[in-house]
Amino acid sequence: MAEKTYLQAISDALRGEMRRDKRVFLLGEDVGVYGGAFKVTLGFQEEFGPWRVLDTPLSETAILAGATGAALMGMRPVAEMQFSDFVSCGWDHLTTVAAKQHFRAGTPIPIVVRLPSGGGFSGGPFHSQNPESSFAHIPGLKIVCPATPSDAKGLLLSAIEDPNPVLFFEHKHLYRRIKGEVPDERYTVPFGEARIHRAGDDVTVVTWGAMVYTAGEAAETLAADGVSVEIVDLRTLIPWDKEAVLASVAKCSKVLVLHEDTRTGGFGAEIAATIAEEAFESLDAPVKRIGAPDTPVPFSPPLEKAFIPQVADVVAALRELAEY
Amino acid sequence: MATGTLVEVVMPQMGVSVSEGTVTKWLKQAGEAITRDEPLLEISTDKVDTEVPSPGEGVLAQILVAEGETVEVGTVLAVIAPVGAEVAAPAAPTTPAEPEPIAAAPEPPPAPAPAPQPAPAVAASGNGKAFVSPVVARIAAEHGIDPAHVPGTGRGGRVTKKDILAFVEAGASTKAMAAPAAPVDVAPTSAQVPAAPVQAGEAGAGEALEPITAMRRGVMEHMRRSLDTSAHVMTVFEVDLTRVVDIRARLKPEYERAYGVNLTYLAFIARATVEAIKNWPWVNGEIRGDKIVTKQFVNLGIAVALEGGKGLIVPVLKNAETLNLLGIAKGIADLATRARTKKLTPDDVQGGSFTITNPGGWGAIMGTPVINQPQVAILDVEALVKRPVVVTDEHGRDSIAIRSMMNLCLSYDHRLVDGAYAAQFMKELRESLETWDETRY
Repeated sequence: MAEKTYLQAISDALRGEMRRDKRVFLLGEDVGVYGGAFKVTLGFQEEFGPWRVLDTPLSETAILAGATGAALMGMRPVAEMQFSDFVSCGWDHLTTVAAKQHFRAGTPIPIVVRLPSGGGFSGGPFHSQNPESSFAHIPGLKIVCPATPSDAKGLLLSAIEDPNPVLFFEHKHLYRRIKGEVPDERYTVPFGEARIHRAGDDVTVVTWGAMVYTAGEAAETLAADGVSVEIVDLRTLIPWDKEAVLASVAKCSKVLVLHEDTRTGGFGAEIAATIAEEAFESLDAPVKRIGAPDTPVPFSPPLEKAFIPQVADVVAALRELAEY
Repeated sequence: MATGTLVEVVMPQMGVSVSEGTVTKWLKQAGEAITRDEPLLEISTDKVDTEVPSPGEGVLAQILVAEGETVEVGTVLAVIAPVGAEVAAPAAPTTPAEPEPIAAAPEPPPAPAPAPQPAPAVAASGNGKAFVSPVVARIAAEHGIDPAHVPGTGRGGRVTKKDILAFVEAGASTKAMAAPAAPVDVAPTSAQVPAAPVQAGEAGAGEALEPITAMRRGVMEHMRRSLDTSAHVMTVFEVDLTRVVDIRARLKPEYERAYGVNLTYLAFIARATVEAIKNWPWVNGEIRGDKIVTKQFVNLGIAVALEGGKGLIVPVLKNAETLNLLGIAKGIADLATRARTKKLTPDDVQGGSFTITNPGGWGAIMGTPVINQPQVAILDVEALVKRPVVVTDEHGRDSIAIRSMMNLCLSYDHRLVDGAYAAQFMKELRESLETWDETRY
């Protein structure tokens, strides 16, 4: 067991898997010589050679189409989108080919697409988005959004093992900020099992990714008010752990769904709707949602702060629920 | 809405469970000057009658709720404008007040009212006291609690899940404490039964627990509400059914053969009851609000007990006044069968105007049935027994004979039906049965 950053956990997990399984290879923009825009794959090309750590042209279409083809031929490609925002260029190959291949032809597409996502450092509209809900709407894709270093490792290994296309959203703001104990041995974290980040019994927060920490800070403030907040970290959105959410709602009866993605059509809407459908008789307050406003992510630091849900926003919403 | 300087007078909350009040008298008329705390109007709630002092000073600009009207707590009753102020457009008379500070509950005068403690002002809008969340509704139903009786700590006095759970817990422990403990003093004067305190919802030694079914809960609620609603009075008539016994004995095989119907005594009694109701319509009536309702039809409820004490259901024979003896016999048989096989539709159990219950089949000779609300009377049919009775022949000579006798007990709501009226109805019913002609159908 060693303390690692979120980034280090991902990097080490990838390296370990490439050492273990020769089918695993990387492709993406600047993943080789440069070691990746965020240095996740620093030193990989030296260790594994240029044919297992492929620097590709600036074409997400080529990266995802190439990964899909390689997967069809039995490889286990791990493709990197330099920023998750750029994945839209490869939308067709991901959603039309990779997501549907198993249903059309019965052939597995075991690809992993790593998507550095999220804002918080003035990256502006092209380098800060959280596009997970767009893909959550496409049957055939799995969506992973780890919040901790140990989950990042365990979920990445599950993603590589999974026979389906998996979108692995790595939150950039967690890369070097978040540290945690990561077991040295190889282990996987199963998809569809939420993690209780903090146990409580007055209000439930359902969230994932970087917002887990925003919720955690808010929960500290609420604890000082005497309100006990439970934080459910979904860890994976497709599949998502409905049972864990409904169990927490049954206990607390008040729930806040929180995400960094924009509000309308965000995955929080799906969770809120499910709670309304299946836990109506457990509710003691309307289901509350916090997401970013329905605009592109602004460059300006003060505007970006206003855009991304902050601890104070979550505190206010939790107080409102507690007092309801 | 008040526009800054206008002051709204709202129906105050006169106790936790009071949700509405009636304006009984305006002490000021529109246009009259009024000072702060001067008595403005008198109101009446189901808990207390009191004066409402003026919450502001100026001119009574508008009266929005007339004398005699009943409105929800928080409803704007009047608007007071400071002298010389423009009067804003009138609010809709029943619009609940916004929670403005000015709408704080006025202090009732200390005398002569019995010093009610007004609850903090609660606006009827938004998520006030009246809103019951799904989880609170479920817990309330599970424990048979009226959420209106639970003190609320949520927004606007709303009852939260925590409030009702605390209420349930407090209730359970209160009951537990109320159970008499083993007496220290073993003197025989102690009438109390020694019992270890048992928590509500827990079984003591030798006891078993089972959940309350929805039907049982419905019966519980309905019976309690009926006793709380009606002024129950009962009258008993002894009826000589010897003629009916003879006629039934002759008709029964024929009905069985020709129509496949079991002709019961209940059918005769139902038929005679429907006929007697024609002359005594109030026993088939209803008290609806401040009106008495009489009906040209008799929708006859027949209480059917389900096996094993599983519950009681009262299917309704619609328009029994249009049915002859055969029709009534068939109708009752059909309803009873469908009740016991759970084939009744919701329509089958609604709209009754009079009910007959029939525990006599098990040998009961007297009962005090509870009225099936919102009806005002219920007839209890008792066991048919042979008794020696004094009979008088056409020459006025008395003799003792063995006759088939039955008691008919009528529970009625004395709010509507007086004793003489009920007795006359029963007398007609008795005579109708005692003189049953075999050509009658």
